[in-house]
Amino acid sequence: MGFDKFGGVSFTSEAKVADFVSYLEQGKVMASSCKKCRRVYFPPRVDCSNCLTSDVKWFEIGSKGKLLTYTRVNYGPAGFEDDAPYVLAVADFEGGVRVFGRLSREINENDIKVGMALKPIVANLPDEKVLYEFAAA
Amino acid sequence: MREVAVVGVGMTRFGVSENTNVEMFSEAAMEAINESNLEPKDIEALFFGNVFGSHEEGQANMAPFAVADIGVPNIPATRFEGACASGSVAVRDAFIWVASGYYDIVLAGGTERVLAMDTPAATRAFAMCSNSYYEGPAGITFPGVFAMLAHLYSHKYAIPLPKLKEQMAMVAIKNHHNGKLNPKAHFQATIRDLMEARIARATQRGQPVPTWADEMEFFRDIKVNPMIADPLQLYDCCPFTDGAAALVLASIDKARALTDKPVLVAGVGQCSAGSLADQKDYTQMKSRILSAKQAYTQAGIEPPDVDLCELHDCFTIAEIVAMECLGFFEFGQGSRAVARGETEIGGKIAINPSGGLKAVGHPIGATGARQIYEVVKQLRGECGERQVAGATIGMTDTLGGDAGTICNIILRRGW
Ligand SMILES: [Zn+2]
Repeated sequence: MGFDKFGGVSFTSEAKVADFVSYLEQGKVMASSCKKCRRVYFPPRVDCSNCLTSDVKWFEIGSKGKLLTYTRVNYGPAGFEDDAPYVLAVADFEGGVRVFGRLSREINENDIKVGMALKPIVANLPDEKVLYEFAAA
Repeated sequence: MREVAVVGVGMTRFGVSENTNVEMFSEAAMEAINESNLEPKDIEALFFGNVFGSHEEGQANMAPFAVADIGVPNIPATRFEGACASGSVAVRDAFIWVASGYYDIVLAGGTERVLAMDTPAATRAFAMCSNSYYEGPAGITFPGVFAMLAHLYSHKYAIPLPKLKEQMAMVAIKNHHNGKLNPKAHFQATIRDLMEARIARATQRGQPVPTWADEMEFFRDIKVNPMIADPLQLYDCCPFTDGAAALVLASIDKARALTDKPVLVAGVGQCSAGSLADQKDYTQMKSRILSAKQAYTQAGIEPPDVDLCELHDCFTIAEIVAMECLGFFEFGQGSRAVARGETEIGGKIAINPSGGLKAVGHPIGATGARQIYEVVKQLRGECGERQVAGATIGMTDTLGGDAGTICNIILRRGW
């Protein structure tokens, strides 16, 4: 189990980092960091490419994020046709964690500004699926 | 390493095709082989670009069917896949094998029948070239990726979005202008031609006749130019297109015996990048900057030496960012250079004299080879009305995924 619960359409079921999705189900958006060299990974990884060890710890992405860029997608790919329009974004969080994801529908479109404060949240989708999003902080 | 030259090129008329991927490739390959004064039996190996054959026609392992179709069923035939850069990646490897002395004469190129998929399916297939584990499940699309790039560019260089959008529109106007002069292009019409066709259609049908004052007003009209992913509208995007392109590469000694006009492969580069969020600043794509540097170093030239460049204008903003990463303009100056006409045929550097992906179309497995086709024809002086006068050095630039794969090839006259 794991990645089959992640997002609108996922082609992946199992993964070494499946804990990421289990944490989302608990309402937590997590990154991983290497216990040996402390390198931070998002999307999370279990194997560290810096020191070639595989001992990581999970930590929650901080709530102080900033919007780097965004777009309102009016035409979605197959599986997302009825979902569009939706807003995609890239945001920077503390500790150099850069995250691509969706902007929450709670944010009014006229309020979207590059540099606005954001925090990660977990959105519950139909069929018990989960996705992380960015909400106004 | 030995010197290597392009001795023959071929491509199909790009557009909507009723032919299979393999049939299209055969057509392009036969043209390239005939132009080279060779026969299929002279070809030692095929380096073949194709991305979505499995989705388009249920056909994997396409390369061996392609060589069988041109009458050399037993030579090694290998597929190269680097998303939208697949054709370029195949050509670069073909070059390396001939340069190394392993082969003397090889065929390289690619084919793609994108329109065998409907638009949502093609949008999803293309999106598979981004990170499918994390980005796909959020509904990423390629217009979305480049739309975010446009917002980033506007913010970073403090160019108000309405201004930037006008400069982006000028990329489309230029490329459609060039495409009208290219008999192999998908769209052989200027933006003005497209406007007039709509006016004529409305008049004929007794519908309200549009009254756009100029191209910019047409671009702003979301009824005819719908917003795909803000700020990118329909005419900021390249079309889905079917097509194939092929070229024959030969060692320089063989090449000189075959043609008076061998086009030398002077330098090549290829680099990778991880996921979108792993890229520090995707207005200044590191993979592209490093790849171009490899090609310039090998060719022993600098960006100002390049007379024309066929680059990856999958979206209007993509052309502007590519021009800067390749060193033709300072970072943040590309959009202004377009507005000043510096990238037109006859300008400081001719960018996409073929019409680019925007007007020629973008069959992703074939595009890289199609770009080389244009540069070869330009260097030989065979481009008629769209000829870049006196061109001696040309370059190609192809981007796969969200800059995950970048490939650059520099060509120069060998006579
Ligand atoms: Zn480590």
